[in-house]
Amino acid sequence: MTVLAQSQPAPATPLLEVKDLAQRYTLPRESLFKPAAQVHALNGVTARVIPGKSLGVVGESGSGKSTFARLVMALERPTSGTVCLLGRDLNRMPPDELRHARRDFQMVFQDPYGSLDPRQTVARIVAEPLTALGRIDRGSLRERVATVLRQVGLRDADMDKFPHEFSGGQRQRIAIARALITQPKLIVADEPVSALDVSVQAQVLNLMQDLQDEFGLSYILISHDLAVVDLLCDEIAVMYLGRIVEQGRPAELFAHSAHPYTRALLDAVPRARAGGVRRRRGAQAIGSQASAAAGCPYAPRCPLADQHCREAAPGLRSVGDAHLAACHYAEAVMALPPVVAEAG
Amino acid sequence: MADTGAPLIEVKNLGVRLNTSRGPAQAVRGVSFALRRGETLGLVGESGCGKSVTALALIGLLPDSAVISGSIRLEGAELVGLPDAAYCKLRGNRISMIFQEPMTALNPMHTIGHQVAEPLRRHTGVSATEARQEAIALLDRVGLPDAAKRVDAYPHQFSGGQRQRITIAMALACQPDVLIADEPTTALDVTIQGQILDLIADLVAERGMSMILISHDLGVIAENVERMMVMYGGTVVESGTTDAVFTRMGHPYTQGLFRARPRLGARKGTRLTTIAGTVPELADLPAGCTFADRCAIVEGRCRAALPAVVDVGAAHGVRCIRTDVSMAVGGVGA
Repeated sequence: MTVLAQSQPAPATPLLEVKDLAQRYTLPRESLFKPAAQVHALNGVTARVIPGKSLGVVGESGSGKSTFARLVMALERPTSGTVCLLGRDLNRMPPDELRHARRDFQMVFQDPYGSLDPRQTVARIVAEPLTALGRIDRGSLRERVATVLRQVGLRDADMDKFPHEFSGGQRQRIAIARALITQPKLIVADEPVSALDVSVQAQVLNLMQDLQDEFGLSYILISHDLAVVDLLCDEIAVMYLGRIVEQGRPAELFAHSAHPYTRALLDAVPRARAGGVRRRRGAQAIGSQASAAAGCPYAPRCPLADQHCREAAPGLRSVGDAHLAACHYAEAVMALPPVVAEAG
Repeated sequence: MADTGAPLIEVKNLGVRLNTSRGPAQAVRGVSFALRRGETLGLVGESGCGKSVTALALIGLLPDSAVISGSIRLEGAELVGLPDAAYCKLRGNRISMIFQEPMTALNPMHTIGHQVAEPLRRHTGVSATEARQEAIALLDRVGLPDAAKRVDAYPHQFSGGQRQRITIAMALACQPDVLIADEPTTALDVTIQGQILDLIADLVAERGMSMILISHDLGVIAENVERMMVMYGGTVVESGTTDAVFTRMGHPYTQGLFRARPRLGARKGTRLTTIAGTVPELADLPAGCTFADRCAIVEGRCRAALPAVVDVGAAHGVRCIRTDVSMAVGGVGA
């Protein structure tokens, strides 16, 4: 199912290999006599990341993209499936080994307010991944912290401040600095720039590109912003209700979207240009994760859905070179005129 | 609804000085605008540019230590210096606000019905039963499914988009004249963002409100407001009709913002054009043009004094003394 592997001559061990990952959460019991309902947050996701390449995961909230990130980070145990980093299954590692393995994969969280301890100085927050790995002397630790702070566009003098003294954008830079400090091979970034200002966002995205070029990092970039994913990633997976519905290289995916959901996402992006009139979007029912109904999960929202879609769930299949989609009518969708791209 | 008479809300030379840990900071300087009924205004800018402080000044939610100068008039009545008790009568009644974070804007301990009914109970003196009925009607209007059934549910039982619908219902409960939407869709998905903006646009048209939409997203601004102001370092650096500003960006900062956005179709490896430097601290803003330190076409006289607004065409003003250069080279408006 991986796309990048095919285009590369026999890659060594993939950096990350995720197979048939499924995660269910049990909801609180509502009735004494019925079994508790479950949320199917992930329904069999398979993906692979080659060293130095990046995977973008897009989708709305509730599509399972954050769950995917948490499982890749071994913050939770999956209901089924495996997550292998450099060939080692993270969920079978002894805890101590896992703690040391975490040097190689770090995370940048979505919420820069919730992810920084308000009672610790920036220096302590940023240094924590290093101090968790072992003893390190104070002088070199502070030097290292100063370096990463400068890399993310903060000042040395910010080291002894507390998170509340920073704006949301600056806080996210602190969070990125914290992820960078162990010089990881993989950074899982869950909406890393959605809280940042436009000019700062550009700096951080450029910085993420620079770091990738310099250290050969890989990113798993979780975002709802298609343009951000387009800019940073070699491959994009579009998720809907816990499944990958389309996967492929950005150019291909956006020019010839094979899933109606990808088109809907593209169409929803507001265009920054003169004469922007309100484009009406049809009201869309919000899908439920709890119901495990037959048929395509996107069918209730899909303008192309017919009886066949409601009865048989489409599997992920190849619709082109390194391009997968889970839609019965992928070819028809690809033949539609592309969603008008932004001018400029 | 197009009342062409006096402006509904008129802000003149608004200034806000905040006390920060690093000393007094002039968070807003010389902001002026007027909105008639049914008009929409967008405020764009980065964090710390003063757009939210401007909004909080309008709704009277600045900390007590803040010093406000200038004037804010709502149908001719001065709001600056209004005692707290009088402001409480306006807030949520004639001026209301939709906040960015639907989770923190809602009280997790109260049912949504209670929260939507609260402004009604407080301002209109209706009975609890009537307020509840009205709350259900409002929740229904903002598109919350099964409003009547879910009126007694708590905020955590709703998704982000639904919660934002609930805060919109709260803001609209008393049929305000002025609606301030501070990044109403930033926390939401793009598809939900479209629905929420559609809803706000419908309600603004339906009730003849004036809306001030604050956003950092140029796309959201381009599609949703008639006029816009670009703020930087507490001042309005560019203002005009949305079409005019997007067609002919006059200020180097506006141009920089536009260029810095990642856009679809920019393939991997494309470098974004950033604006050099960082947003200046409000406590030590440069003396002249606040953007001088980051501007590519800065010259000596930029730093001498805050530039005046230059009129570059149909009510399109740019606070830059080098518009001859910026508007000649800056053909980014596409």
